[in-house]
Amino acid sequence: MTEPVSDSGALAPRYPVAPGSNFTTVPFGQTPSQTVGPYLHIGLPWPDGPDVVPAGTAGSVDISVTVLDGNRTPLADAMIETWQADASGRFDHADDPRGRRTPTPAGFRGFGRAVADATGTATVHTVKPGALPAENDMIEAPHIDVGIFARGVLERLVTRLYFPDETEANASDPVLSRLDARQAAKLVATATPTGYHLNVVLQDENPNGDETPFFEL
Amino acid sequence: MLPLPPNHSITVDPAGPYRDQTGVNAPRDFAEYRTTALRHPKQPLILLPQRLTEITGPVLGEGRVTAADADLTLVNGGEAQGQRIIVHGRVLDSDGKAVPDTLVEVWQANAGGRYRHAGDTWPAPLDPHFDGVGRVLTDSAGNYRFTTIKPGAYPWGNHHNAWRPAHIHFSLFGQAFTQRLVTQMYFPDDPMFFQDPIFNSAPEDARARMISAFDYEATQDNWALGFRFDIVLRGRNATPFEGDDHDD
Repeated sequence: MTEPVSDSGALAPRYPVAPGSNFTTVPFGQTPSQTVGPYLHIGLPWPDGPDVVPAGTAGSVDISVTVLDGNRTPLADAMIETWQADASGRFDHADDPRGRRTPTPAGFRGFGRAVADATGTATVHTVKPGALPAENDMIEAPHIDVGIFARGVLERLVTRLYFPDETEANASDPVLSRLDARQAAKLVATATPTGYHLNVVLQDENPNGDETPFFEL
Repeated sequence: MLPLPPNHSITVDPAGPYRDQTGVNAPRDFAEYRTTALRHPKQPLILLPQRLTEITGPVLGEGRVTAADADLTLVNGGEAQGQRIIVHGRVLDSDGKAVPDTLVEVWQANAGGRYRHAGDTWPAPLDPHFDGVGRVLTDSAGNYRFTTIKPGAYPWGNHHNAWRPAHIHFSLFGQAFTQRLVTQMYFPDDPMFFQDPIFNSAPEDARARMISAFDYEATQDNWALGFRFDIVLRGRNATPFEGDDHDD
């Protein structure tokens, strides 16, 4: 069906309607965050969402994240997103002060998106990122920023995933080294036969409990 | 041994460069929305200075969006039931700067308030000609536009006689990981606002920014009603943008 063309040339009348009490002129400002809700699966997954690198890329790994709530019940309706540097520690992005560069390996997207299964586990397929330069000649250890979305989460939760085979780099990382050892350890993934795994615990009343450190950006 | 990065020190602004305006987002623990109870951190968030991973972000869209993705009303060889509407607006940052070429993803219920989702069991019929998913890219001035039907309100189990106001889910990337936003667009004068804890979780002064405006200029004669929804991502200045030249 195509858009019909009006057969009337008459102009629409305009009546002076007084705005009621609900009439507002919205002041300009940042739009609030809202939950993705339970039906995010309609709009957000892509067939290649979990593929940060194309399937079959040499040296690729699976990174799985299990999301648990305050009762340690898995969030079967969660979604994770990941963002990371490429294997050589570069971003194909105008705001990388070193300049854009074609990513390595070929087809590297940097971004991953995966929905959780019944065990609250979401898995992306990627390569380990390179280390990154930071202020004062510090070096950020290889890491992946992880965003968590779910019903009941009004604003994305952000944490980081670090690698267990980078003990030396992790020790001098400007983010990890500012956490106490117990908190820092929660951000270091464990090795699996095909890659790495991280448990993310959304809530624990006990300050010395299991809750994953989350970041305010 | 990991390859050492080039000897190129960066500067870090501990409070930026991208900052939330104050009073924008909901408390993560919002008791009236019961599912937040076990899904919010109890410990304080840790300030993460924005370094390279945070000031960059995915550039998506190329090959991910087709023209057909901007029309949700034509599915499976037929037309969706319901009130046909055009939703359009601009994606800006809170400095008033347009966000060009950025992916906008939307999903929504059908005219009867039913989602095409195995988890949605409320007895309103599915529409064979409506899936409820759309994708568009903003143009060079940050404009986006899609055609859909007005979603219906629907009940949910949060409290007795709980109904979600009609809404369309929006997902936006901006240009940096820190600009990512997922929100919901509402319709003007919805009678269900008063009892909805999700809409009302946002601070009072910011709530109205989630309500689209009826737009007669965008309304097409003998075809569809127009609604305008401008979306403002975090910008580089925490102070609110003054002036009105963000509008066109």
